[in-house]
Amino acid sequence: MSVVRVPPVLRDEAGGAREVEASGQTVRELLEDLTTRLPRLGEKVYDGAEIRPYVNVYVDGEDVRTSGGLDAPIREDATVVLLPAMAGG
Amino acid sequence: MATYRELLQRVKQEVVEVDAREATALEGAVWVDVRRHDEWDEGHIPGAIHIPRGSLESRIESRVPDRSTPVVLYCASGERSAFAAKTLAELGYERAVSLAGGFTDWKRNGREVQVPTTLSPEKRTRYSRHLLIPEIGEEGQIRLLESRILLIGAGGLGSPASLYLAAAGVGHIGIIDADIVDETNLQRQIAHSLDTLGTPKVDSAKRTIEALNPDVKVTTYRERLTSENIDRILDDGWQVVVDGTDNFPTRYLVNDACVWRGIPLVYGSIYRFEGQVSVFKAGDGPCYRCLYPAPPPPELAPSCAEGGVLGVLPGVVGTLQTNEALKLALGIGEPLVGRLLLFDALAGEFDEMRIRRNPSCPVCGEHPTITEYVDYVEFCAR
Repeated sequence: MSVVRVPPVLRDEAGGAREVEASGQTVRELLEDLTTRLPRLGEKVYDGAEIRPYVNVYVDGEDVRTSGGLDAPIREDATVVLLPAMAGG
Repeated sequence: MATYRELLQRVKQEVVEVDAREATALEGAVWVDVRRHDEWDEGHIPGAIHIPRGSLESRIESRVPDRSTPVVLYCASGERSAFAAKTLAELGYERAVSLAGGFTDWKRNGREVQVPTTLSPEKRTRYSRHLLIPEIGEEGQIRLLESRILLIGAGGLGSPASLYLAAAGVGHIGIIDADIVDETNLQRQIAHSLDTLGTPKVDSAKRTIEALNPDVKVTTYRERLTSENIDRILDDGWQVVVDGTDNFPTRYLVNDACVWRGIPLVYGSIYRFEGQVSVFKAGDGPCYRCLYPAPPPPELAPSCAEGGVLGVLPGVVGTLQTNEALKLALGIGEPLVGRLLLFDALAGEFDEMRIRRNPSCPVCGEHPTITEYVDYVEFCAR
């Protein structure tokens, strides 16, 4: 089971949680599991085929988009960080 | 009891003395001028570093950490440098040599001499804590005084950035912001005060900077950055851009301009209790569009005005940005290129994510699809 860190802008979709759990052998499976558990959160991150372009998903500190893509395998206890763009200044 | 001459004789027999021709042939050598400050100020060998004889033991390790590096020591005539070479040998430096005849012979033989720009006594006092740091020193401080840094936004992030850049002696600061100071700003925007309520933020920030450091020249742009004016503003020759804006359209605009012009961009953003910092250095690492290819839809892009922000958060993030900007201006340290630093104020935690260049990035990728400015204003909420 991986720990998924939820950013402030998406916490409403996760019932206010800072961290949730999800599992999967690959990033895609993990995002699909997340969407099943927390559909509102999952949809904001993953459109069913791709990670949305304004959200980054990091697995153990590496951006999924530039480090193997959605079908890359992930460790059982990986730390996953969801990071949508934020613009405040 | 030995006289000075006898002692010098003995030391000279123990150390290796080289002439200018032999010294310049030493590959990879670090040249160390061990004379006094006033002697150095009158001219020195180009490329040499200055460590006065009295500070040699304490400072050599930080400037020349590898003891197998060849070190050419020189003074005015080759006496102090002979003692210095003996000291370095005792400290384990295997290839420390003394330049025979010193700087006097070097100059007499018509070799190149560099006369440094020097700081006035007032500036030397003001920046003394920088001058004491070997990585900065007088040379670095002069570099800061000659540097030009542009702040996009004089709000939460721009406030601490403007104050610390000014305090550090960055010689020319540009500030662009179209807003007026209001009461809601004062919870975090420390460049402004009750006295400047209702005045343009750029004027308020300029006033604060000038009260802090009259060495700093401030250029203000009281306008909103757009595709129409960005080239005119960047044509003013800014070396580093600090992005402290509060909206996505401006962030993409600034990123694209900095990629095309090769200007390092210090990125920072904040929301509620969390902040992000990175450095986008075109050519050397990823850009903002490698990190986030496109802006989010308005409902996922709340501004601090809508979502709130802890007052001190821009202080933390803005000073981290300033740290990066100063490193870039000085050419020291490891800028946050390819690294996204995350700060969580509630947890009291920093995290670091890798950001890699995206080969299909629409701006800095192999086949760019965006080659002119995009105005996102139409479909992206502030």
